[in-house]
Amino acid sequence: MEPVAVVGVGMTRMERERRPDGYADLVYEAVCLALADAGMTIDQVDNVVTISNDFFDGRTISSMAVQDACGSYDKNISTVEGDGAFGAFYGLMRILSGSFGTTLVCAHHKGSESDMSLITNAMFDPVYERSLGIEAVTSAALQARAYMDRYGVSEEDCALVSVKNRANALRNPLAQLPLELTVEEVMSSPYLAEPLKVLDCCPVSDGAAALVLASAERARKAAGKPVWVRGVAHCCDAYHLGDRDLSDVRALQRAAAKAYSMAGIDDPAREIDVVELYDAFSYMELMWLEGLGFCGRGEAGRLTAGGATSLEGNTPVNASGGCLAGNPVLVAGLNRIIECALQVRGEAGEHQVEGVRTAVAQGINGPCGQSHCVWVLGGER
Amino acid sequence: MGKRVAVVGVGMTRQRSSRPDVNGQELIHEAVRAALADAGMKRDDIDAVVIGNMDHFEGINYVDTWSVDGSGALMKPIMKLTTGGTTGSTVAMAAYYHVASGLFDRVLAIGWEKNSESDTTGAIITAFDPFWDRPIFAGAVAGLALEATQYMHLTGATEEDAAYVAVRERRHALNNPFAHLHINLTVEDVMNSPYLSWPVKMGDMCPRTDGACALVFASEDLVEEFPNQPAWILAVADRHLWAYTSDPYVNQALENGWWFPALEWAAREVYDKVGVREPLKEIDVAELYLPYSFAGLRYMESLGFCPRGGGPELVRSGATDMGGECPVNPSGGVMSSNAIGATGLLRVAECALQIQGRAEDRQVPDVRLALATGFGGCFWSDVLLMGREKPERSRG
Amino acid sequence: MAGEKNGEGKEAKEERKELIKLESGEAEQPFRWSAGTYGSRFLSELRDNCRFVGVRCPCCGRVYVPPRRVCGPCFRELTELVPVSDEGEVITFTVVSFGFVDPSTGRQKPVPYGYAVIKLDGADTYILHYLDETDPGKIKVGARVKAVFAEERSGSMLDVKHFALLRA
Repeated sequence: MEPVAVVGVGMTRMERERRPDGYADLVYEAVCLALADAGMTIDQVDNVVTISNDFFDGRTISSMAVQDACGSYDKNISTVEGDGAFGAFYGLMRILSGSFGTTLVCAHHKGSESDMSLITNAMFDPVYERSLGIEAVTSAALQARAYMDRYGVSEEDCALVSVKNRANALRNPLAQLPLELTVEEVMSSPYLAEPLKVLDCCPVSDGAAALVLASAERARKAAGKPVWVRGVAHCCDAYHLGDRDLSDVRALQRAAAKAYSMAGIDDPAREIDVVELYDAFSYMELMWLEGLGFCGRGEAGRLTAGGATSLEGNTPVNASGGCLAGNPVLVAGLNRIIECALQVRGEAGEHQVEGVRTAVAQGINGPCGQSHCVWVLGGER
Repeated sequence: MGKRVAVVGVGMTRQRSSRPDVNGQELIHEAVRAALADAGMKRDDIDAVVIGNMDHFEGINYVDTWSVDGSGALMKPIMKLTTGGTTGSTVAMAAYYHVASGLFDRVLAIGWEKNSESDTTGAIITAFDPFWDRPIFAGAVAGLALEATQYMHLTGATEEDAAYVAVRERRHALNNPFAHLHINLTVEDVMNSPYLSWPVKMGDMCPRTDGACALVFASEDLVEEFPNQPAWILAVADRHLWAYTSDPYVNQALENGWWFPALEWAAREVYDKVGVREPLKEIDVAELYLPYSFAGLRYMESLGFCPRGGGPELVRSGATDMGGECPVNPSGGVMSSNAIGATGLLRVAECALQIQGRAEDRQVPDVRLALATGFGGCFWSDVLLMGREKPERSRG
Repeated sequence: MAGEKNGEGKEAKEERKELIKLESGEAEQPFRWSAGTYGSRFLSELRDNCRFVGVRCPCCGRVYVPPRRVCGPCFRELTELVPVSDEGEVITFTVVSFGFVDPSTGRQKPVPYGYAVIKLDGADTYILHYLDETDPGKIKVGARVKAVFAEERSGSMLDVKHFALLRA
């Protein structure tokens, strides 16, 4: 793969309800931040990829609303419907094709404007499943139970993830839910869907993010330190939950294997310094860590309890607080990539991990992590 | 430099008003199976899948992950794109960039829609701003009628001029067994059909359709492996200007001398990349996203096939008929089949078949250069130029 | 090309009466869209004062109505609110005569109705609205129109009942 770098990043604060702005306003804010970070004007953006979802935005062709705000006037532009990690992947390919030197990628989400359960219910088959009322939280509960039973993972193991990530968020000024929590507090929070309790679950959020990708030649002209894309891949598992072993992480394993192979990584636990992954629910961090190869199956709980994934540990995971500290859906994957880029640059502020050279970001699409996208970013080409 | 990319496999369902015998995944699967068979491939050979439709026509969220059983993307990368009417051409461009990037060698592109499963006009109205547009906007038919009125006012074109386009599209569709509408219309029939939204009549509009289309895009490194002649993608470009439904009518268009900037700018970009100077002479066949008859006048002008205001004369001259200088929509076009998410991809599919000499009764002789467009959103435009000869270099 | 022989064969037609459709029925997804700062101002001016406001781009000078935050061509943030007239001209029009369900209300929209793209005096972009005329022969591009406000207003575009054609 030809070298491509993240040269500019911008994130809005994540909030429960961002007033009075519409989602185009959020996009404009994130895009301006990313351009400023890259030391670029909109004229230096060769093409744009927006990320949106017609259900979440409550309108068909919802990317139409951000055409002015993303600066796409008289530029090539396209729209990926899915998590930001996938949208950024398309932005990357448009540079690799040789057609463009830079791509601006932006995503938005206003969870405050709709009913999340109804919208995630629409992920499920309208004939066989939807009328059962299944949605993001209840399907995740099925997965959590399948995973915990198979590997002997306890609710306390999961609660610890929530405690860790909410504490990390205390150091992230953009986080929505910075909390000082104890495992007991997580354990005594009410069940939403057993075994998932309120404090195991991400909040509903408003937010936007943008990043600028650039070819090696164009990265040289950007203001900041380029963060290079060393590997990236995605993979999708079966659709019907009944067609999957929900405790399995094979799609993530395959995506990670490909991304690591592109990046020349043999031993992720040793070679990767920091991880930002899609912890919409606390159990997901454990499952995805195993899928990403940081430990064997069923071992992530112990790894976490041992402190390896804490800010001071060997491989800090979600130093930003992750999705548990704010989850503007779709934006979330882009935020993971941006947080990794900031870590590699040494500019993550209060939640900076020392000496980060290589970072891994992950985003998901579909119910129960059906589709995974894995990015490996690094300081060297 | 990117890889050069060709379409090497084509699959489509017959376009029908309603397909209650299949669900969405099964409809998609019909097109995918056909495309794979056409390319001599198995599901295992696919490196990645790109899919597109419009969510609210079927009410399915996360169509990428939902589609897996039909699309063949199980344990493969799949990505969804959505841009309204341009979705199909957007999907084609995404498949192109997937392969051109060098990361994937064989990419399956899928566009589909089951418009029978919802109220198309209602779903299109919700495409527009809930404050400014939605309370008053009356969907695609009325939005296009506004364009038609403006076009007639500016050029003096008539409703009868437009009827010639409607007749041509339906006549061409008689040669295409995959088309939804097979009707022999006269100009008189179109003129006598009831007004939907003045000056647009029933005979001027596209139908709503259930259908799917799938194409296999392959890298220059392995086009030899496929049984079909490669149909090369020479250049792609798009413009998705505007955020509000009344923006396109802003006669900045006139101030700047642009009539339909999204289409003109995108077309100019692909013409410049390939070196096309006289589109009517140089392009052998065009498959254009003409959602209604007046588009067949105005968009020909924006594409540089004739001077401004010259659309009616061009169409009446027969230059765009089968046997003419540049036949437009030998397939019957959008006015004969419109499964919206598939429609833009079908234009690319038809160009590929024309270039490969496999378009059967709708074949135009000796096609070397073919033009495909997508239209949608707020008068957004996608433009692709395809050719028989392998381009000297990648210039997407 | 390998095409699929599917769909409307004899067997399919015979089976058709057995093919079941599931109706979504009363299901709906409620939304709470934000009008934004300027949009809120525009709507409250309509509601409270029967006035239109726009926003001017400091770069190209274009006045956007309804107001928006960003000028697309200039990619500049807009801040200067300016009043615009409740009179203007018809840029283009149609008369809608096909029946359809209005997704905002879930009910059939009463037809026919006149419907136009309107340039308010002092604005450079256009709005969509109804006309008080349903005979296309009596409407012309360039015709002068004036807003007629609804008696009960709630902060929506429908606070304007329609635009009346001004007869010369």
